[in-house]
Amino acid sequence: MDLANYVPSAFTSLLKNATELITFAYDVPFARAVVFGVHIGGHLFVEGLLLVVIIFLLSQKSYKPPKRPLTKKEIDELCDEWVPESLIPPVTEEMKREVPVLLSAAGPHTIINGKKVVNFASANYLGLMGHEKLLQLHNLLPLSFHVDVHLDCETRIAEFLGTPDSILYSYGLSTMFSAIPAFCKKGDIIVVDEGVHWGIQNGLYLSRSTIVYFKHNDMQSLRSTLEKVTQDNKRAKKLRRYIVVEAVYQNSGQIAPLDEIIQLKEKYKFRVLLDESNSFGVLGKSGRGLTEHFHVPVDKIDIITASMGHALASEGGFCTGSHRVVDHQRLSSSGYVFSASLPPYLASAAIAAIDVIEENPQLITMLRDNSKILSTGLLGIQGLELASDIMSPLVFLRLKKSTGSLKSDLQLLEDLADRGKCQTFDLKVLPAVCIVGLYGTTHKRFLKMMQLQVLKEHSVFVTTSKRSIVDKCNLPVGIRIYVSAAHTESDLQKACESLKTVAASLFTD
Amino acid sequence: MKAETDCFGRPISSPPDAWFDVVEGVSNDNNKTLNRTTKTSRCLNLGSYNYLGFGAADEYCTPRVIESLKRFSANTCATRVEGGTTELHSELEDVVANFVRKPAALVTGMGYVTNSAIFPVLISKGGLIISDSLNHNSIVNGARGSGATIRVFQHNTPSHLEKLLSELIADGQPRTHRPWKKIIVVVEGIYSMEGEICELPAIVSICKKYKAYVYLDEAHSIGAIGKTGRGVCELLGVDAADVDIMMGTFTKSFGSCGGYIAGSKELIQYLKHTCPAHLYATSISPPAAQQIIPAIKVILEEDGSTQGAKKLAQIRDNSNYFRSELQKMGFEVLGDEDSPVMPIMLYNPAKIPAFSRECLKHKLAVVVVAFPATPLLLARVRICISAAHTREDMVKALTVISEVGDLVGIKYFPAQIKTPQLEDGRAKVD
Repeated sequence: MDLANYVPSAFTSLLKNATELITFAYDVPFARAVVFGVHIGGHLFVEGLLLVVIIFLLSQKSYKPPKRPLTKKEIDELCDEWVPESLIPPVTEEMKREVPVLLSAAGPHTIINGKKVVNFASANYLGLMGHEKLLQLHNLLPLSFHVDVHLDCETRIAEFLGTPDSILYSYGLSTMFSAIPAFCKKGDIIVVDEGVHWGIQNGLYLSRSTIVYFKHNDMQSLRSTLEKVTQDNKRAKKLRRYIVVEAVYQNSGQIAPLDEIIQLKEKYKFRVLLDESNSFGVLGKSGRGLTEHFHVPVDKIDIITASMGHALASEGGFCTGSHRVVDHQRLSSSGYVFSASLPPYLASAAIAAIDVIEENPQLITMLRDNSKILSTGLLGIQGLELASDIMSPLVFLRLKKSTGSLKSDLQLLEDLADRGKCQTFDLKVLPAVCIVGLYGTTHKRFLKMMQLQVLKEHSVFVTTSKRSIVDKCNLPVGIRIYVSAAHTESDLQKACESLKTVAASLFTD
Repeated sequence: MKAETDCFGRPISSPPDAWFDVVEGVSNDNNKTLNRTTKTSRCLNLGSYNYLGFGAADEYCTPRVIESLKRFSANTCATRVEGGTTELHSELEDVVANFVRKPAALVTGMGYVTNSAIFPVLISKGGLIISDSLNHNSIVNGARGSGATIRVFQHNTPSHLEKLLSELIADGQPRTHRPWKKIIVVVEGIYSMEGEICELPAIVSICKKYKAYVYLDEAHSIGAIGKTGRGVCELLGVDAADVDIMMGTFTKSFGSCGGYIAGSKELIQYLKHTCPAHLYATSISPPAAQQIIPAIKVILEEDGSTQGAKKLAQIRDNSNYFRSELQKMGFEVLGDEDSPVMPIMLYNPAKIPAFSRECLKHKLAVVVVAFPATPLLLARVRICISAAHTREDMVKALTVISEVGDLVGIKYFPAQIKTPQLEDGRAKVD
């Protein structure tokens, strides 16, 4: 009883003492001091004390577990334990295969392994390789410095195409992958066809812009992608936007419909970058490229690049556009600034080639006729179908849809692949059969066999399109046949016959 | 910058031998546009990387080049795997592999593309590339294009490389801390803007210890240094088998164009199957290839003359003489002994056009280097000595440079006063 009473009474007396103390603190004389003209009451003093206490507590570091960096011994142990992957994956049979070696110039007829073959493997579209004008011997020495021939070449190209200015690169592949990062920076939007070649893909990757792919050569897909991209980006008005297409696609031989692209470009306000490697000197009445083919004024395209290693039978590449476009590249395009320039004899060969094209426009009509003959001749081929445009100088054959069930197709291909293995792989026959998609390496092997057989038995040299592991393009691989204006009709007939025979023999089994 | 464009865009109209013709340019609107005139002036060439003098017509190489042009024409218009391989290409690859003492080699049409196209194939996300801080732009682009993590170590400092390697291996990949897939250390033989030779023995031993792969870019050093011109490995006594991948270009010492990669047989087979530079790019032009084969034969003295040894000795003597004379005059010259590249520091960007134009007035053509190739305040004049320069040429060049240096004010160090020599070579002491 007493205890029950004791605790509360003790508590109340304690409380009373505390309040007395506090009120005493309030009433302490100095608490009424005047600081800065402000009359400080007792409560302000207590509040000030509380503030000091709070600040002191906040300024204390919170408790963190102590950091224990690795000791030297531990680092050494980890380094010893670490085992790297080997530099390259194991070499397969496919990799060990040798390519055919030419013993003469890669013109329309060439010599492989001592035998004369019809050459459909080099992009010598106008047959200018070996032309005497290109072999003139001045400026012969392979030099790599800024020589006046380069400047002449640049002005000649600009004159031919009707653009203000152009810039010369020393290598076809580096043209696109240096030009794109010079203009497209991080944050820009680039709409690209999914079938572009590796040079463009690398340039896009290096530019660090946002990349959106649309279906290969499908204008509907392009329209919907552009729609989506402009709508999605609220700030789209302030970003730079580009469309990148190729005139004639290296991976499929299709021709881009430039007039529709220009319409879309103007509607959605994008800039167009066009790669004319396979169409310069080929399309259009006088060979001025895709713009002439579709009757589009050339200044509607912002940047045109092309490699000179195709129709011009030379080496290197160029980029044309307005003065500002070209001057900007002279200082900020890495492939131009940081590397040596083109050997002068190649630049003068290019100038000579352009002169020949201007003087002989019939070469272009010859090429067009040849491509038509070959494309129509190959329409009935068994097992393969034409993926390229009829007007394109690059005829592309890919495998038709499978014959039946997946399993039987795979079986067929395995058998063919095994049969091909038993044959001696001579350089002459290099079937360029591309089987797409599902069958992967078996397709490639099948294609290789067909190519080899065509070369061996019929002396016709065509190629398979190869894909590097770093290439992101998903289009079907195939047989590529480069048509040249220098091929005669008998050459083309021979090619059609041989491909049809070999395909028939390989597909009936 | 616009006002200085005449210093950076001078066209030449003759082969870049020891003496060449520079086309004079005239501008009416303060260098906004430069018009070429037909006048040329004959100048001493100190700017071309023509280390062994193959940049001009040579009695052994040129006839063969002309013959190959007639036989194979200017270009094959095809990629190497699709009918662009001629027997010249195969021969060239064998010759190059033999020259650098590696089992096999792969040749591409351009040096820049070689670097840019090989990294994505060898290494990808999950790998680590450690490169020297002053590596060339092509290596930087190639490394970026590969997707691997990139780290930089202090220029030519093996101790920093070791520290970085041990830390990075212990740490693992960023964020996930998984172990790295593989590590490649990239160095150059001679750094083109500094003229320094890489410290290869130390770097190779560190890489062996930590199991990293070594990639050596010998763009400037192949053919120019070493007793038989085999590059920095020979000069520093490193076994070629210790360097996993050797890369180089033919533009500098061989007077041609193109690049090569040399390595083990499996590596080259793999690269031939996957490297985009081999699969997609047109093959090296046959006449350019044919320029390289005799050039290598001359260097290795397989052509029957002693021209090769003479050229190599000449370039070594020339470089050492020129560098020591410049240093005696009080210029700040970078670079190591035996290196044919000598940058003279200007520092001040305003001195660039002054130096360049004054030298041109005295018929001396030099190359000035400014931003972005070097940092903004570290502008320099890069002198490239060639085996084609004679002693008189160099003495003339030295007098002109000394005069212009006084005028522009770049003798940052005190000049060593020439002490008169006594008969037995001891300097007279006053």
